[in-house]
Formats: sequence, C-alpha cells, structure tokens
Amino acid sequence: MLIIKDLNVSIQDKKIISGLNLEVKAGEVHAIMGPNGTGKSTLAWAIAGNEAYTITGGSITYRGRDLKELSPEERASEGIFLGFQYPVEIPGVSMTNFIRTAINEQRKYRGLQPIPAPEFLAKMEENKKLVGIDSKLTNRSVNEGFSGGEKKKNEIFQMAMLEPTLAILDETDSGLDIDALKVVANGVNKLRSKDNAIIVITHYQRLLEYIVPDFVHVLYKGRIVKSGGKELALELEEKGYEWLKN
Amino acid sequence: MDNEENSLLDHITQGEYKYGFVTDIEMETAPKGLNEDIIRFISSKKKEPEFLLEMRLTAYREWLKMSEPRWAHLRYKPVDYQDIHYYAAPKKKQELQRLDEVDPELLQTFEKLGISLEEQKRLTGVAVDAVFDSVSVKTTFSETLEKLGIIFCSFSEAVQKHPDLVREYMGSVVPSNDNFFAALNTAVFSDGSFCYIPRGVRCPIELSTYFRINAARTGQFERTLIIADEGSYVSYMEGCTAPMRDENQLHAAVVEIIALKDAEVKYSTVQNWYPGDKEGRGGIYNFVTKRGMCRGSHSRISWTQVETGSAVTWKYPSVILLGDHSVGEFYSVAVTNHHQQADTGTKMIHIGSHTKSTIISKGISAGRSNNSYRGLVKIIKRAQNARNFSQCDSLLLGDQCGAHTFPYINVENKSAIVEHEATTSKISDDQLFYCQQRGISTENAIGLIVNGYAKEVLRHLPMEFAVEAQKLLSISLEGSVG
Repeated sequence: MLIIKDLNVSIQDKKIISGLNLEVKAGEVHAIMGPNGTGKSTLAWAIAGNEAYTITGGSITYRGRDLKELSPEERASEGIFLGFQYPVEIPGVSMTNFIRTAINEQRKYRGLQPIPAPEFLAKMEENKKLVGIDSKLTNRSVNEGFSGGEKKKNEIFQMAMLEPTLAILDETDSGLDIDALKVVANGVNKLRSKDNAIIVITHYQRLLEYIVPDFVHVLYKGRIVKSGGKELALELEEKGYEWLKN
Repeated sequence: MDNEENSLLDHITQGEYKYGFVTDIEMETAPKGLNEDIIRFISSKKKEPEFLLEMRLTAYREWLKMSEPRWAHLRYKPVDYQDIHYYAAPKKKQELQRLDEVDPELLQTFEKLGISLEEQKRLTGVAVDAVFDSVSVKTTFSETLEKLGIIFCSFSEAVQKHPDLVREYMGSVVPSNDNFFAALNTAVFSDGSFCYIPRGVRCPIELSTYFRINAARTGQFERTLIIADEGSYVSYMEGCTAPMRDENQLHAAVVEIIALKDAEVKYSTVQNWYPGDKEGRGGIYNFVTKRGMCRGSHSRISWTQVETGSAVTWKYPSVILLGDHSVGEFYSVAVTNHHQQADTGTKMIHIGSHTKSTIISKGISAGRSNNSYRGLVKIIKRAQNARNFSQCDSLLLGDQCGAHTFPYINVENKSAIVEHEATTSKISDDQLFYCQQRGISTENAIGLIVNGYAKEVLRHLPMEFAVEAQKLLSISLEGSVG
C-alpha cells in the first residue's frame, strides 16, 4: 500500500530524513517511535505533501502512485489522512461546513456527487457519538477555542468522517488524559480493517495498549534503526532509546 | 451554500476579469471638458426645470473653488477633469414602451452580465431600473409598485414628474458644497435612480439598480435619492460591473437617503468595477458620497457593502442620526488585490438622544494592495445616551499588502457608550495546508476562510445578493496565493 524507498527529506536545506525505508500493507498498524527531533513528524508531513518539506531523494509510492506527482489535496482524496499534532484553528469556518466541504471535494475528485444531506447528517451523528463530542463543538469554528483534548478528538472525528485508507496519527495521544486516550483509540480501532492501514506516531507505549500495533519502528537520526513487533514498544519503555544509539 | 463554494473553483480558474467587453452603440456625446455651457447643455438635454439648472451652476461654481481631497491613504495619477465627456446617452429612436423595443445589442450586454430584464421580470420578482451609460433604459415592475404609491424611476423621470419631491430632498443630506466630488456630481450628474416610499408602506420587493460604465472616457455621475416616508420600509440593492479599459474611468456618484419617523431603509451594494489588470493598469476611480439621514425618531438606515472592484475606492457611506432613538448601521467587506487601493469606512453622527450605531468592517487585502478603514463616530453634546459599537477587522493574504485602520472617535456627551474593537489576522500557510490535507484546494480554502470571515456582513445582504457576493469574494482573490 505505502512503499517508502531510500527517502531523503530536507527543510530549508537541513537534512532531516536520510535513507528511510518503510513498507505498510493494507490491514496493518505500524507504530513509529523515537526520541524528539528524529524526523517522525517530518515523515508524516512529507507523506501528506507539505511544500516546506522537500524530498531530495528516494520515493514514496501509495497504491502504485508516486506521491511526488500529487498535490496535498489530491493525496487526501486518494485516501491519505494526517491527524495533526497541533491542529490549526480556522476562525469563521464552522466545523460542519468544513467537513462537508472536505467530503465533497474528495468525492468530486473520485467522480462522485456531493454527499446527500440526510446521509451526511446521519454520519455526523454517528461519529460525534464515537468520539464523544457534541453539536456545540461541531457548530463552532474549526478548532477555535477548543481545548487540547477537544482538538485531538476532533482530528479523530474528521478521520472517521473522511474514512481514509491510510491514516497517519502524529502524536495524537500527547497531552491526553486516559479517558480521551481511550476515545482516540476507539476511533482508530473502528477504522481498522483489512483494507486500511494506520501509522501511529507516538512517544509512549501507553497508547499502544489500546491500539495494538503489528509493527513497531524506532526512528533515530532520520532513519529506522530498529523494527519489531509490539513487544519492542515495551522494551523501549523499559530501556529508553539509549541502547539503540550505537 | 456549500454547492456555491464548490462552484467557486470553476469561477476562480477562469482567471481574468469576467465582464471585460465593450458594447458598440452610437452615443450622443457632449464634447470633452467642463464649463457652464456644458452644464447648460446637460440641463437642457434633460429638459430640466430652472431650479435644477441653478443648483448645478451653483455647485459648479463652488467646485471651481475646491480642490481634490488628498487626506485619504490613496495614490493615483491626478484626474484631468477637462479630458472627460460629461454627457453620453444611448441614442433613442423613440420612447420605449416595451422590452423588445430596446436596442438588441443593449439587451445582449445585459444578458452577458446575467441581467436579462425578461428573466429578472419573470423569475426573480426584482424590479430593475437598469442604468446604461447614464440614461435609464427600462423600468420594470413599475405597475406593481405604482399600486402601492411607490415611486421608483430614473432620476430624470422624477425631475419631470415629481419636481417638488426632488426639490425638497435633493441636496438635503449631501449639500452641493459638501465635498469636491459631491460638488462635481451635483454640477454634472447625468441620471440615476429615484425612490419614494409613501407613508406606512412596506415595499414588497427588493428594489435593484444595475449600473454599468461603458463609453470610453465617460465619467459616471449617478445621482440616487431615496425617501422613506413615515413608517415605511424599503430594501434597495445596487450592483455594478464594468468593461475592461486601459484608461482610468472616473466615477463620482452621490446617494442620498432620507428616513422619516419610524421608517427603515436598507441599502445594499455589491461593487465589482474593473479593478485594473495585475500590474495595476487601468481600472475605475470610485469617489462616492453616500449618506443617509435618519430624520425622524425611531428611524433606521443600514448600509451593507461588498467592495471588490475599482482601482481606487474612496467611499464612506454615513448616517446622520438626527431623530431620537434612530439607528444607523454599516456593514462592509472590502477586498483589494493586486494593485487596488481602498480607503473606505463610515461616519456615524449622533445628534438625537438614544441613538445607536453599529459598524462592522471587514477588510481583506492581498497582492500588493492597500486597504484602509477610515471611520468617524461623533456624538454631539445634546445626544444623550448614544451608543456605538465598532468592529474593524483586517485579513491579510501574503506579505506585500497593507491594511490600515483610521478610527476617529469624537464624544462630547458623557452618557455615551462607545466601543471599538479591532483585529488583524492573516491566512497562514498552516491553515491552508490543514485544508489541503482534508482535500480542499488552496483556492477553495481561501474562499472558505474569506467567506467565513465575511459572514457577519454577508448575512445582512438580501439572499440573491449574498450568493453573488460570495462568488465575487473568491474571484477577486484569485491568484493571490501561490
């Protein structure tokens, strides 16, 4: 599904990722862990297509398509979703309007008609329940004045609404209390299926108790230095990252 | 609304100014230049009564003594007032009674603009007094309005048929020596619209006028007079488009509104005149004086404007709150892109007691444009318990544009409550990327954000206008990010 080969990414001539390889198949959940500043978020943003992140070498292909050829919105419409570590506030644009526009833009890309209103509303209700947010929140402007937890829940809500085939969650668990964490995990697990893949970027093993990964990778200095099963996360929790540095 | 937003993309990608075409119709044109003879020519062409000619000549003599205002935050080449034709009218073979008697080319022009009179008449229920190069061509729905005693006609017609009303009210809100451009307008105004709503009548339809500048080097000097008699109500809409031109075209309109006791007037504008090209060549100079007077107690005047066009905009729709408990409102969205310049705002003059005013101004600047809000809130000594709330927001796209706010607050009465809020924000790359990541293109994201930002103003527009305005906002900002 997602094949990353010998990837090099720079921000303003500063090399962040060098020679990263990763393959994610449909149905899999991958966790990417690692110390701060090793390029975890950079990887996520490069996949999503942020222009500030320049791919200087290697390739990212998604379902056989070279992502370099696609704009960020096209990648989104191809089914790639990024749950932001710091969701952005957009004053004046209601959540409802925003998500409906996003859904319809994606449908247009796929050659579909706009979503019928009753279907949209039903989907809203269902997913609001799933992540435990109420209409007060969805009537407000996108992320404006949301608490940290609400913003993260809102990312999961949008993910549930957009039904991506590949979801990348960039530290969605950071700053969440245990209840909110469960909500987030719940949302992710609901998306989990044999057709979809999920990449969870996290510092903590804690989230992985709720979202059990098939693979755990350690990212260090811009490349994956160790991969393993879910037990690797526990090992990291115990030993830290020091032992991997050599 | 979302479908609207979706279809914005299509409009945006069309690029260049959409309404840039010129109609070839024989003009009857006065020679270039301005002097008393030209004014007499205009007046006699229009078979005006003596008092109007006198008014024109007085205004002209005052204008000669005045100089063009230079205090606005605007830069433009000086206008050569002797290089302008002050009178141009489509040649009429005979009096027009029916639509099919109208010059077919003229009708085509309207259709290109999407203002088919027939369609308007049949489908929308909007009476249109279409002003084409200064002379009104056709007024529709007049029969319906007539039954209610509503007068809605061209200014020239009003001069002929209702000289007493014109004489009583014209210049009562904007005196001929009010300012340089108002004086010029009073001296040479060609035509415009006139509206009178009788006592206690609620006008059942939105009255609407479409203006269009067409002839090269023809200044447009529209004159609008709206009188709402006691207890009446009217919603009036004005929308403009103009063809592409290389020369700058001057426009100096005057709009006067009078609201008597318990009357309410809503005046909405969507202004989309040719703003010049991307390098700042051409475009309309828009120097407009708009002012309303709440003469009677509990009267109400509100201005709603969406300003996206013109190379230079100089415009301050104002309200004089004379009657006790009267209310003045100003809702504005002003967009500038490329090299456009706008200096716009309002004046709220509180004279009566318990008068109230609201100002919501939303400026959007992109490209290398400059966008200024200039507003005055004045509360005179005898105005007991006056209230004002002002909110002036600026939104910036890119880092080469300018947004400026010049609020003047002048309070002479201690019982007044005056509030002023101002914000400046920017559409950030982070916001755009966030939208893109959800599948929304940059252009659509800007449309979404800008319409969200302007929502507070747009909701005051009549429905059909609001839709048009939404599209306009996005079209105007096309190519501003990238």
